[in-house]
Amino acid sequence: MSTEPLSLLAPDGTFTAHAGPAGPAGPFGPAELRALHRDMVMTRRIDTEAIALQRQGELGLWPSLLGQEAAQVGAGRAATPRDVVFPTYREHGVAWCRDVDPVSLLGLFRGTTLGGWDPASNNFQLYTLVIGAQTLHAVGYAMGIVRDGDVGTGDPGRDRAVLVFLGDGSLSEGETNEAFVWAAAQSLPIVFFCQNNQWAISSPYSVQSRVPVAQRAQGFGFPGVRVDGNDVLACLSATRDALDSARAGNGPTLIEAFTYCRNPHTTSDDDGRYRSGSENDAWAARDPIERLRRHLVSSGAADAAHFAKLEAQERALGERLRTGCRALPDPPPDSSFRNTYVDLPAELAGQLSEHTEFVAAGQEDAR
Amino acid sequence: MSPTAMAHALNAGLRRAMEDDDRVVLIGEDIGRLGGVFRVTDGLQKDFGDLRVVDSPLGEAGIVGSAIGLAMAGYRPVCEIQFDGFVFPAMNQIVTQLAKYRHRAEGRASLPVVVRIPVGGGIGAIEHHSESPEAYFAHTAGLKVVCPSSPQDAYDLVRQAVRSDDPVVFLEPKRSYWRKGELDLDAVPAPVERARVLRAGDDVTVVTYGALVPVALEVARICAEEGRSAEVIDLRCLSPIDDATILDSVRRTGRLVVAHEASRTAGLGAEIAARVQDRAFYSLEAPVQRVTGYDTPYPPSRLEEDWLPGVDRVLDAVDRTFEH
Repeated sequence: MSTEPLSLLAPDGTFTAHAGPAGPAGPFGPAELRALHRDMVMTRRIDTEAIALQRQGELGLWPSLLGQEAAQVGAGRAATPRDVVFPTYREHGVAWCRDVDPVSLLGLFRGTTLGGWDPASNNFQLYTLVIGAQTLHAVGYAMGIVRDGDVGTGDPGRDRAVLVFLGDGSLSEGETNEAFVWAAAQSLPIVFFCQNNQWAISSPYSVQSRVPVAQRAQGFGFPGVRVDGNDVLACLSATRDALDSARAGNGPTLIEAFTYCRNPHTTSDDDGRYRSGSENDAWAARDPIERLRRHLVSSGAADAAHFAKLEAQERALGERLRTGCRALPDPPPDSSFRNTYVDLPAELAGQLSEHTEFVAAGQEDAR
Repeated sequence: MSPTAMAHALNAGLRRAMEDDDRVVLIGEDIGRLGGVFRVTDGLQKDFGDLRVVDSPLGEAGIVGSAIGLAMAGYRPVCEIQFDGFVFPAMNQIVTQLAKYRHRAEGRASLPVVVRIPVGGGIGAIEHHSESPEAYFAHTAGLKVVCPSSPQDAYDLVRQAVRSDDPVVFLEPKRSYWRKGELDLDAVPAPVERARVLRAGDDVTVVTYGALVPVALEVARICAEEGRSAEVIDLRCLSPIDDATILDSVRRTGRLVVAHEASRTAGLGAEIAARVQDRAFYSLEAPVQRVTGYDTPYPPSRLEEDWLPGVDRVLDAVDRTFEH
């Protein structure tokens, strides 16, 4: 198989049409191109603001996605509202595409919640921190879709699929490999979207595997597709094709979006200890947002007034994130007790009383 | 009402649960055409089809992980783990995902998943086929843990577990699979979290569950011959523990013996002893006695008879409570 990734948009912004399994990808209309650009710009603003909030002590931690905006927006916009999305903990751009309030992404990292949104309301599941665990949940959900009869009917209002995100590190987890086995054996409507950002904290991809990510799908018996992860159009096209195929009942696809996270693993990490700045510079030159901006300008799809308006929207989002973060309420002290089981067991009720008295006494002492 | 083996009662309970709710899906290794290695799911795939009784690939994480996803999609999956010692590849999914999801979702969503596991020894098995892992699950917030001791309880509890919106680890004492007991398919079941007093007594309380329940009843019978009146409590639900029933008994008898096959340290017996000394200290006539498996891996089967808590060891423990 070719390891040359599918690319539609060159780093200089030149567009080249490419025929995929579902026909030629593109041309993309100017409105769609502007929308994708806006999604990436807003995603980056969420990331930048969150890092600043972490530096100011408002967040305990933030996993940055800098450089992965195209992969996330391309894949995120390929899914329909009826498709179900399972993220890792870095899918801030996908969350944006699923209309999850960006402020609610901050709660997990501020310590006000371990989730932050209703997993059912946007078909966007909660962030999963244990690497690879969500791949099996995605498989189970896809089994549910099969049992609902919502696959292969040909009715676009009915057929749906699961889009699950994973990283290069998760490919070494047993659970991810089990998910591949299950998805293949049952020909499930599922797309595995792997952002290969080449580093699992300090472990380079060479620690995980000796073959490209996409090639691994072959051994499990389903297609693997390699795309330029910094090309939002390639990511969108490949994911649309794969989701169409899944919804039609043709089984799973593994997409490898070859990309690079230009920030350390999280705000707690120090990537100067394990990788070079020159690698980072090379990937900065392949920036996903800049390349689409160039295309928008050269194709005349957007003018200066458009970019000025976008900048204002971006600033407003930043302000909303800063205010919203500080306004996130602390959870009620009894929330953990009440959310562990449907009904509070007697022993836990006793522990809650003990805790409530302790907290009240502390507040009394503070007065 | 007819004498039925626990394995058949479980089969009837699962069948009833599947008839009552078409979103109940069974997943496990060899549970379809074979009917499970203990035949608990015998005939169910034939009657409900292979979308509802799924012969899974070998992968316990996959069994529980996919059940979680099915539950997210609105189904009520029942997993079968083939043997107690094979649950550990699924522990990540059980502990980090299944147990914690409702809490993570701030109560907005639950995972109604049942994980059935044959447990316990006394069947002459090889390594990993005789273990008692209940304490791991009872220690994990967010899980309910139940363990029936009779065909009727097995039938009732499995149906209640399927209806529970909380995840339930359902432990099946494999030594009891083929013991027969009366089964009434339409009996009104007791609440899941209620321990059951199987024999009333005044002098000593014996608390146990699962395969040791018949042992405790035999102990009580012998005690009666010796002029001691032993009360036998079948815990049934190992998490949450029904303190009230135990405390009520110990406040009357003043003596407590807890018996389980699982190793002693940090086991259920330790938790029960701690609660009783905390809440009924002045009722106690003697220290609480634990009769348990030892703090070793489960031994080769030629040694298991003496390793497992049997009638004599429990009787010795009862004697010790009268030495004070």
